[in-house]
Amino acid sequence: MEKKASFFRRSGVQTIIASIVCALLGIFVGFLILLAMNPSHAAEGMGAILRNFFKYDQSSTTLMYYFGSTLVKAVPLILCSEAILFAYKAGLFNIGVAGQYTVGLLASLYTAIALGWSWWLCVLAAIAAGALWGFISGFFKAMFNVNEVIAGIMMNWIGLYLTNIVLGSKKVMDQSTSKTYNILSKNPKALLPSFLSDVFGHNQYMTIALPITILVAIIILIVLNKTTFGYELKATGHNRDAATYAGMNATRNVILTLVISGAIAGFAASMFYLTGIEQYTLSSSVPGMGFNGIAVAFLGGLHPIGAIIAGLFIEYLTMGGQYLDTNYFNPQVADLMVAIIIYLCGFVLFFKHLMNKGKAKALTNVNDETNKPDSTTTEDKEV
Amino acid sequence: MILLIQYTLIFAAVLILVALGGMFSERSGIINLGLEGIMVFGGMAGAMVMVLLPSDASKATIIILTLIAASAAGMISSLFIAVACINFKADQTLIGTALNMLATAAATVIVKAFNTARSDGTDFSAKLDYVKGHKAFLLHIGELEISWFIILAVVLLVCAIVFFYKTKFALRLRACGEHPQAADSVGINVYAMRYAGVLLSGFFGGLGGIIYIAAANSTWHFDYGVAGAGFLALAVMIFGQWKPERIALSAVLFAVFRSLSNVNGGIDFLAKLHIPGTIYNMFPYIVSLIVLALTSKNSRAPKAEGIPYDKGAR
Repeated sequence: MEKKASFFRRSGVQTIIASIVCALLGIFVGFLILLAMNPSHAAEGMGAILRNFFKYDQSSTTLMYYFGSTLVKAVPLILCSEAILFAYKAGLFNIGVAGQYTVGLLASLYTAIALGWSWWLCVLAAIAAGALWGFISGFFKAMFNVNEVIAGIMMNWIGLYLTNIVLGSKKVMDQSTSKTYNILSKNPKALLPSFLSDVFGHNQYMTIALPITILVAIIILIVLNKTTFGYELKATGHNRDAATYAGMNATRNVILTLVISGAIAGFAASMFYLTGIEQYTLSSSVPGMGFNGIAVAFLGGLHPIGAIIAGLFIEYLTMGGQYLDTNYFNPQVADLMVAIIIYLCGFVLFFKHLMNKGKAKALTNVNDETNKPDSTTTEDKEV
Repeated sequence: MILLIQYTLIFAAVLILVALGGMFSERSGIINLGLEGIMVFGGMAGAMVMVLLPSDASKATIIILTLIAASAAGMISSLFIAVACINFKADQTLIGTALNMLATAAATVIVKAFNTARSDGTDFSAKLDYVKGHKAFLLHIGELEISWFIILAVVLLVCAIVFFYKTKFALRLRACGEHPQAADSVGINVYAMRYAGVLLSGFFGGLGGIIYIAAANSTWHFDYGVAGAGFLALAVMIFGQWKPERIALSAVLFAVFRSLSNVNGGIDFLAKLHIPGTIYNMFPYIVSLIVLALTSKNSRAPKAEGIPYDKGAR
């Protein structure tokens, strides 16, 4: 019994170490890129990205304001990654989160600006839209055996063009600026209620989205690990035939997984756009939020709470790009760093394998390389 | 109408090449979701060569160097997938997605730095102009203005069909996508074959990328990537059931719908319908979803695709 518990803890610790290694390697490669672009200002640039909003440490109100902005922008990212990891646990790679997020955005902005609904109705509309998009992918997967990645990609583009058509209309979009109208001026009751905004330097975008996000993560954690439903989803993901044989309705589970995943993605969009922090502009490519969510999900070790930490970290880096001196660098360097970190996430399995191999070898012959990961595991455990 | 044919030919050329790339990769057992990213890298390298070549370069030089640069960049970027998925057994879907993100971000950063350096810090855009290069590829046959790219695509398609069905090498490659253990047992190096598959997809993807950005345009904004063309090619590949000749047919079908969105105003009976162009944009995706729904039940995907090859596993 005791042995089993320590093994699980060890696996969790390994995931954390592997993720930290990914993040550090990504930052290091990012530094190399800065060096290649402008050797004399590379250290300064890296410092600006990492120092981020702590640049304002003289004034605690400004500092908290920018900290709040980072939190607000991290919310949709975290929720998207929750959507992805939920589906992934059930064996489905829901790349359609990007499209489900987009239709969620469409529903929340249309109901808020054109229909003048109050905020909670807008949120429900966004959830419904995301769920519908997820349902379509799930339906094609369960009924016609269409790969959910391909179906998701198709639905992403259909969702994007639909959003462009609907939000491009005169009712929702200010034709002179090509942006959707500001919710505050059109229909202030569609804005999410604020939360702790005084603590964060009167940041008016600080809303209940933040505590809700944490709540959603905890609910997902409980559903996946403590309920029969979660167990069924995971079983279906592991082996669909075995799950069917054991009396589970695999078809229903596949569809339901993608519906829930889509609902979370749609919800993510409403939790961001209904703060009023950003307006939608017509776009020729699917919003990257869903794809970045994949990154966050993997960086967070596919754990609902890990996703929160990873989401904050990725958003921190992305925002860091804005603090770069544009005379020497362009802000997309931060995006590049994020992309590299995701790429490195693919190697997590390998890192873990390396650590496990190290453990097995250490029993028979001791060498430097195998000792290294072992000693770090024990250190981290104490923390 | 002529415009419709021109656009259809261009899109078909892009889709055929990129889908063939995807096919070779999947036939060897590696799902290549990073085709989009490979196209971006290929397109960027090709466009940069066209910008850099001196103004008195001959047409042939421009054409050959551009194509070499695009295919080489495609192959190099496909190594990102090969190394991670073959040597390190990484999740192929994740790596493909990462490559797509990496490509767009890297292309933006590189092109911006390139522009800044060339203009002494006055031009910070992620845009490349290559009017001269674009013109070098044009070829007039009567009223129809086609491009060398299309001829290239046809030639490569024929080569690919012959290669795919008539050579020992391709047979071995296909074996690795169906049953790598069996292939290994008769002395085929599965890792090498999968590398070959992924590199071929890089070659075709890179060429597809340069055609996509240079055949109908003379400037390109690299912050947009290639707007989903790589994903569309994946749908073409599945619709084509991982067979080159069927891929060619489905590519033409998809290309017709795609070009309708560009030129619907120019065709009388379509213009009268007053359907906004965006709706035509949705068409290929809706059609492919429906077609996939009809064909996926008995789809013949390579059996071992997506599964990292482990010598020790049974």
